[in-house]
Amino acid sequence: MNESSPRDETPDWALDGNAVGGVLREIFGVEMTTAVATCATCGTPGLVAETVVYLRAPGVVVRCRTCAAVLMVVIRRGDRNCLDFSGLAALEQRAG
Amino acid sequence: MRTIVLRLPEWAGHQAGQHLDVRLTAEDGYTAERSYSIASAPGEPVAITVERLDDGEVSPYLTVELRPGDEIEVRGPIGGYFVWPAEEPAAELLLVAGGSGVVPFRSMLRHRRNVGSAVPVRLLYSARSLPDVIYRAELDAAADGVRVIYTLTRRQPPGWAGHTGRVGPGLLSEVAWPASAAPLAYVCGPTPFVEVVAAELVDLGYPPLRVKTERYGGTEGSG
Repeated sequence: MNESSPRDETPDWALDGNAVGGVLREIFGVEMTTAVATCATCGTPGLVAETVVYLRAPGVVVRCRTCAAVLMVVIRRGDRNCLDFSGLAALEQRAG
Repeated sequence: MRTIVLRLPEWAGHQAGQHLDVRLTAEDGYTAERSYSIASAPGEPVAITVERLDDGEVSPYLTVELRPGDEIEVRGPIGGYFVWPAEEPAAELLLVAGGSGVVPFRSMLRHRRNVGSAVPVRLLYSARSLPDVIYRAELDAAADGVRVIYTLTRRQPPGWAGHTGRVGPGLLSEVAWPASAAPLAYVCGPTPFVEVVAAELVDLGYPPLRVKTERYGGTEGSG
């Protein structure tokens, strides 16, 4: 939405964080699209709903809308979820 | 296109604009999961509207093979961002739909009617042609205070007096509530559609926080 947005490079099949609401709910047990994710790479906070999401990657990849860095990766293997959230500096959701 | 009503005994109730995930598991254990916006209003039986995509893994099953009484695995309701709580301070509502992106707006419009809300609504709906318009009879009979504006991008019936072509700055500035009224906008459709419309609304002066977006994939996904 601003000049630093990677909008022009985002492919047509990229989705947004609404698409990972179900996966994140399974992991955290609460609604997470309204959580604020802060990018560890560029430091920009934003709603999970507004991140860039790729479901066609092996697993689920969530990227920063400002700098396109990877924020979260969720890979499902059999009956377990493998998480890599190392791209996040913080993830905040209102309690209760 | 098929609308499917689900009987969900343990459903916790949903908000207008939320979606659910459908998971299909093959005999060999392979699973495919897709998100579908909920087409019905809170309090109504849960319904989804599924567009059949020939290369899809889930939609051919849901639109062709599924029979009344069959069981499917459903997770939801999901989402707290792309929702319209009717009880919020009454801001004028702008809904912009591309294709099956109209599905969550059907839930919002029915919710508005069911709770007796008087919030003024404009729905701008971009479809390829008139037969591609989903819920047309229902939308044409929209309640007082709801204006539905179609634009037909590929084919128009003879004598069509409505809008044609894609949603761009011209049509938006004509149809959208002025930004000075502090309206609330929801945009749902394929990713390129949402990107363009949301950016145009911000250019028209809508604060980014008042423009809520939901994108779905071109191949298969939620509407």
